[in-house]
Amino acid sequence: MTPVKSKLGISRPKVDRARRLAEGIVAPVQEFIEGHTTVTIERATLRLLGADGANADGVPVPNIIASQCGQRLAAGAATVYLNALVKLEKTAPSLNREIEKGLDISGLPLVSPERIREKAAELVKDLDARLAANTERRNARLTQWADKAGSPLIYVIVATGNIYEDVKQAQAAARQGADIVAVIRTTAQSLLDYVPFGPTTEGFGGTYATQENFRIMRAALDEAAEKEGRYIRLVNYCSGLCMPEIAAMGALERLDMMLNDSMYGILFRDINMYRTFTDQHFSRMINAAADIIINTGEDNYLTTSDAVEKAHTVLASQLINEKFAFNAGMPARLMGLGHAFEINPGVKNGFLYEYAQALMAREIFPDHPLKYMPPTKFMTGDIFKGLAMNTLFNFVSKATGQGIHLLGMLTEAIHTPYLQDRHLAIANALYVHNTMADFMGEVEFKKDGIMARRAAQVLDETIEMLAEVKRSGLMNAIETGMFAEIKRPRDGGKGLEGVYEKAQEYYNPVESYLKKKLNIDEKTAA
Amino acid sequence: MFIKPYGDTSDDGAVQLSFTLPIADCGKAREAARIYVQKLGFKTASIVHAQALSENFTFFVAYAKTDATLDYDKVEYAEAVAKYMTMDAVNEFIKTHFNRKLVIVGACTGTDAHTVGIDAIMNMKGYDHHFGLERYPMIEAYNMGSQVPNERLLARAKEVKADAVLVSQIVTQKDVHLKNLTELIELAEAEGLRGKLLMIVGGPRVDNKLAKELGYDAGFGTGTFAEHVATFVVKKLYDRLTSGK
Ligand code: B12
Repeated sequence: MTPVKSKLGISRPKVDRARRLAEGIVAPVQEFIEGHTTVTIERATLRLLGADGANADGVPVPNIIASQCGQRLAAGAATVYLNALVKLEKTAPSLNREIEKGLDISGLPLVSPERIREKAAELVKDLDARLAANTERRNARLTQWADKAGSPLIYVIVATGNIYEDVKQAQAAARQGADIVAVIRTTAQSLLDYVPFGPTTEGFGGTYATQENFRIMRAALDEAAEKEGRYIRLVNYCSGLCMPEIAAMGALERLDMMLNDSMYGILFRDINMYRTFTDQHFSRMINAAADIIINTGEDNYLTTSDAVEKAHTVLASQLINEKFAFNAGMPARLMGLGHAFEINPGVKNGFLYEYAQALMAREIFPDHPLKYMPPTKFMTGDIFKGLAMNTLFNFVSKATGQGIHLLGMLTEAIHTPYLQDRHLAIANALYVHNTMADFMGEVEFKKDGIMARRAAQVLDETIEMLAEVKRSGLMNAIETGMFAEIKRPRDGGKGLEGVYEKAQEYYNPVESYLKKKLNIDEKTAA
Repeated sequence: MFIKPYGDTSDDGAVQLSFTLPIADCGKAREAARIYVQKLGFKTASIVHAQALSENFTFFVAYAKTDATLDYDKVEYAEAVAKYMTMDAVNEFIKTHFNRKLVIVGACTGTDAHTVGIDAIMNMKGYDHHFGLERYPMIEAYNMGSQVPNERLLARAKEVKADAVLVSQIVTQKDVHLKNLTELIELAEAEGLRGKLLMIVGGPRVDNKLAKELGYDAGFGTGTFAEHVATFVVKKLYDRLTSGK
């Protein structure tokens, strides 16, 4: 990691101690993960091997195959699909069409394991080529337009519910100066145990994440990018019950970032913890292989808890997310660890605490493109004050060198952003970024001043919390409400029935490919 | 009393507006925006800022003056409670007049997943240094959290013999809150619970008037604290008690 001289006097040994605690917390969970698969991991595998489409009732082909497999999922769904391709001598698209029409592939006589492996090798090679082409295309554009890259990257959200309206708003935002566009997902998609198929125009508070919608928005942003001479990144939500499948779709369609947290689903969506932990690992391997930056969801802790009292829960979660991501073969440059500017604006010196905490995050995670999120909870109908709060947030973001800057909207407390709200937010950010372009290098902080003390305090509290979590174990800690003050029993929540212990003969060529590509066994063994 | 907006002199009728039109920014567009503001009923209008949002959208800021006046005395609005009691006063009031604990059940119902609002009213900790109902010695408070089906909220109210039900609605897109609140009231009526329960709604887009229109006893909006609701509940129950005598 790049050594940085701490402006806040942050103790390096303490940071190391916190990291070691996080490692100790993650290790036993990782052991569970390695021994298990889930129904959506199997569906994601099928997708990456070519399974796609949906039947007349809208049931996606990967789901149809998974139900045909039944308990055989424990041995991996890939065998069944590969076997059908070989046995019926079909290409993936034509097999998919047969399955849509009702063909059951689970009962077909098995061809030899060699022929299945051969087929797997062929499809995995195609997959690898597709991911490589996507990465190449992205990197080529980023290099070509490197002079236009601002810092931090300006991130805005579209959420109309209709992908075609989203396109208009996204293109307008790109023109105004946005670097990153996230299409917010419709309410409750995270609890669907399938990914809807095709383009969609009816969502609530957001738009369905479908592969076709990804494709439509990708094309729209590429078009806007050519016009602006700036690469525009596309973001979606790799979370919920279909986390790995969304990762797969995003990898295929060249998304650039994915919201992906190791614990968000458990805490805020009541998804079973065994399911989420297992899913996040596989989805992160896919993200890493596709060179997709993840954004973790630590901001959420501060919407239900007090941002001054519970600042350490953010750092604790970042360290846990970091370790899980590392275990999935993800380099630091792809870890957009989250944090947020959510202190009550009425708190005396609240700004100094925000500044200290943001700088602390920067110093503790020097190579990570930190995702910094704006005030939301204390935004009110007073849009004028809201704009002022957003300006201070923009200031801190620039002054601490954040990587991904999610813009606050002056109308946050009222509605999902209007076209003009987004414009005002971007104009504000561009103003701040420019007027204090080199501010960060100009300032130093008082030794033992308010900011240095604040950072030290948060770090101490983080270590204390991590030590406690390690003592009780991560799953117990979640059961007893140590994160976000929300309690989730380990056998509760949605999706537990979709978790399988891997059978002796478990076979997943995509997993093997990902592990090899990401050098995972070597890394975790080291 | 007749009133008009006040900019910098009495009755100048000055108003500030901002909006977006689906046209490209140009002189004609600004003129169109000015005429549009006049069409809204303003006497004079000036477009003080125009900014292209994309090739075919332009954002405008306008200042305008209006002739419209309003007779303030004819406006009808009743706050749920005129004067609020403190937590201690509420407790004393319950002790003196009821001789038992009052039971209150609350939830954020329907598909709405926001808990912070109902927690602010009900949880021990409260909100902005105002304790929540769980902290009130003379109130037995049950907070069921969010995404609670209306049926479950009412079932719980029945089970614990609640005096009042609190329902929180935060998401208002496409008027989902109105549909959900109507459903809850209809359910309560169908189950014969309505007369036995105070039914109170809260949320950022809720006010007392809306609540009454929907058939609730009271509504509370942004900036509500537990003591506001508590005052309403104890006063209203006391009224019912005494008028029933
Ligand atoms: C925190 C938050 C979240 C958190 C919620 C965490 C949690 N456990 O509650 C998370 C991240 C999960 C979330 C999710 C979503 N959110 Co949200 N969220 C917010 C946010 C930032 C703050 C809300 C809040 O906590 N306010 C603080 C509390 C204290 O205020 P309050 O709720 O108004 O409550 C006060 C009063 O209203 C009143 N009150 C409230 N309830 C009651 C009940 C009674 C009986 C009484 C007496 C009083 C009362 O008293 C309270 C104290 O004064 C708001 C924006 C904002 N600043 O308002 C958006 C906001 C409410 N969310 C919004 C949306 C769209 C969503 C999503 C649909 C997004 C999506 N596509 O997934 C999902 C909803 C999923 C679902 N099924 O509901 C929109 C709603 C738009 C609209 N008008 O409909 C908002 C306005 C943001 C925006 N501009 O887009 N959200």
